[in-house]
Amino acid sequence: MNNILVDLEALWFVVIVILMAGYAILDGFDLGVGMLHLFSKKDEERRVMLNSIGPVWDGNEVWLVTAGGALFAGFPHVYATLCSGFYEPLMLLLSSLIFRAVAIEFRSKQPMAWWRWTWDVLFSLASLLIALSLGIAIGNMIRGIPLGPHKEFTGDLFDLLDPYSLLIGVMAVALFSMHGAIYILMKTEGELHDKLREWVNPSIIFFIMCYAVATMTTLIYMPHMTETIKERPQFFIVGLINMFAIANIPREIQRGRDGMAFASSCVNILCLMSLYAIGTFPNIVRASNDPANLSLTIFNSSSSQLTLEILMLMAIIGIPIVLTYTVSVYWIFHGKVRLDSTSY
Amino acid sequence: MDVEILARLQFALTIMFHYIYPPLSIGLGLILVIIEAQYLKTKDPAYKQATKFWTKVFALTFAIGVATGIVMEFEFGTNWASYSRYVGDVFGSALAAEGVFAFFLESGFLAILLFGWDRVGPKMHFFSTLMVCLGAHFSAIWIVVANSWMQTPAGYHIVGEGVDARAEIIDFWAMVFNPSSMDRLAHTVIGCWLAGAFLVISLSAYYILKNKFIEFATISLKAGLTVAVIAVLLQGVSGDSSARGVAVNQPAKLAAIEGIYHTERGASLSLFGLPNTAQEKVDYELSIPKALSFLAFHDTSAEIKGLDQFPKKDWPNVAVVFQTYHLMIAMWVLMLLSTILALSLWRRRRLFTCTWALRLLVVSVIFPQIANQAGWMTAEMGRYPWIVQDLLRISEGLSKIVTANQVLGSIIMFGVVYSLLFILFIYLLTEKFKHGPIDIENSTPYHQQHIAMKEISHEQHPG
Repeated sequence: MNNILVDLEALWFVVIVILMAGYAILDGFDLGVGMLHLFSKKDEERRVMLNSIGPVWDGNEVWLVTAGGALFAGFPHVYATLCSGFYEPLMLLLSSLIFRAVAIEFRSKQPMAWWRWTWDVLFSLASLLIALSLGIAIGNMIRGIPLGPHKEFTGDLFDLLDPYSLLIGVMAVALFSMHGAIYILMKTEGELHDKLREWVNPSIIFFIMCYAVATMTTLIYMPHMTETIKERPQFFIVGLINMFAIANIPREIQRGRDGMAFASSCVNILCLMSLYAIGTFPNIVRASNDPANLSLTIFNSSSSQLTLEILMLMAIIGIPIVLTYTVSVYWIFHGKVRLDSTSY
Repeated sequence: MDVEILARLQFALTIMFHYIYPPLSIGLGLILVIIEAQYLKTKDPAYKQATKFWTKVFALTFAIGVATGIVMEFEFGTNWASYSRYVGDVFGSALAAEGVFAFFLESGFLAILLFGWDRVGPKMHFFSTLMVCLGAHFSAIWIVVANSWMQTPAGYHIVGEGVDARAEIIDFWAMVFNPSSMDRLAHTVIGCWLAGAFLVISLSAYYILKNKFIEFATISLKAGLTVAVIAVLLQGVSGDSSARGVAVNQPAKLAAIEGIYHTERGASLSLFGLPNTAQEKVDYELSIPKALSFLAFHDTSAEIKGLDQFPKKDWPNVAVVFQTYHLMIAMWVLMLLSTILALSLWRRRRLFTCTWALRLLVVSVIFPQIANQAGWMTAEMGRYPWIVQDLLRISEGLSKIVTANQVLGSIIMFGVVYSLLFILFIYLLTEKFKHGPIDIENSTPYHQQHIAMKEISHEQHPG
């Protein structure tokens, strides 16, 4: 624990957490918009919402792809155990990702109401399932899953769907709905903006309830998640920042500063991911049957030192470049959405 | 059924479906750069229109490529967990590099390509096109490097024993430049250019036949034919070089694709035949004497290793890989003939009136697609029984805990989802083609309403 910045394993774990947080922050809002747009009954409004994520959703998904690649490269055992162990949920996630991509491409190709409704429902459902299954996966990683001596998952599908994991799944849905609601608020104007303002509050309340219940449950039933913070109280500050960020969201919404509210929401997601990472460290996949001996830690599941060095080098070169053009693209498409000939 | 068969079937199904799209994106990426460069030079709006049109087609292939590509990325872990543990140290870094260096580049700048016409200047837009094209090519580099390492492993050592054994990198550049990677990379990328070029040629020929959008069709045809003629010639060179590599590095694969059952000097090159594995000969064979030895080693009496050098249980499926390989070659010949024909007619200014040649060009879109699929089938099935050549058997790479029912379930799921996806892809493509480049501005049915709304808003806020 002492040389957190010296171990390449720990550094690569941090990189993966950053990628996951990046994914949650970026794809999080477009999953949220996806879930919410069905609440509007007007086609024009739905189009505005879909086009608020139009130019960026594809790029946002790349964060998931890269996080997956980074996991495979740095911690092949974790990648192999999770993919083969979470077989059915992963298949559900993958088909949802496909349906989502297809739905947004196809909905505007035909004007018929039934056509658009079908794709919109699919789009919403797929967004919901993605958020839910990612949450369930994180829940299981916090709680731990039964593992065998060869690092293989030894449980079955029903082991994965326990109440705690489902709770984290629902919390992910709430988190992304709130994040998405704030995002569209920021990207719209006029009548739609006023209407959306009324959606934001319920989504914030829903999230805060989930957050409170999940925090309570974790503290009571998952004591291993708090050990690191007990040992190293400086991490307590992450929890505090998290609280302030959440409290700041309704405050900024009230004042009409949507951008600040969105920034707070991003900080919130970053803190949640960090708390998860701090809590689980140095385990990535906890073995619920024998945590001390069978868990996949960053050390017993990692690639060789040379590979980790190569990966770090790639990250050092690549991540600044990626951030530069991600920021540029967001800058080019900043401001309120207006439908034009290139819209969906 | 057997888990191994099902898992292979599932991988084959999903990778072959995936492989329809990235080659189109890579090829179209190059065409986009060519056409938009002409726009930048001439400022002729016809080029801009053509760029816009092909950008839309590019986006469609890219979207499905990404959606089906994410599946591929996780499938290494789902059915092939033991393989993932074994190769993660080597294979994973190539995959991570693909994410960091290729996908972000491609998807980030694609947004500008599609939605940024009014938001950035023409030079910045062209730069974005260039970056998208580059990103698409980068993605090919890393995945082909990773796959080539499975064909000709290099730069690694084996650590651990039994089920805990795994390959670890000792020399990154030796891994990247393994014996087959550059040949196979060139071969794959040129195959992608052909896929893009012939799509463009096919649609242009169709418009010329229908006497529609002639200006657009001429611009596109010119760009498509230019790429096609260069690519088809280069492919000949690269194919020759690849095959010579296979002869040295994977003799069992060469023996299987040429139907060489018995080791011989001065082996002949089969042009056609039906391999008969039971009797260890090729029926109805038509071949050129000594040509295989000459092509493989530039020596008419060189020895070609036959399948008799390998245990019979380790033979690839000769009947299949022999045919897929020859199918690929046949497609290359067809592409070569089509381009020569089109070029000679074009030079004599007869192409636009020669109906049968145009019809052939319309059909030609399928040639590179078949060649790409057949080529990959040869490459992958020819490696049997190895998942990593001479290191790890396919059966050893399977996930230990995944059951046949799970795999079968996923095959059915992907079967349904991908069939739907393919129907929609074809539907959308034909819609785009029907509308053509002129109508691209009106491609959403709401366009008329936009114009109406714009007019209203102009009236409300004059000036």
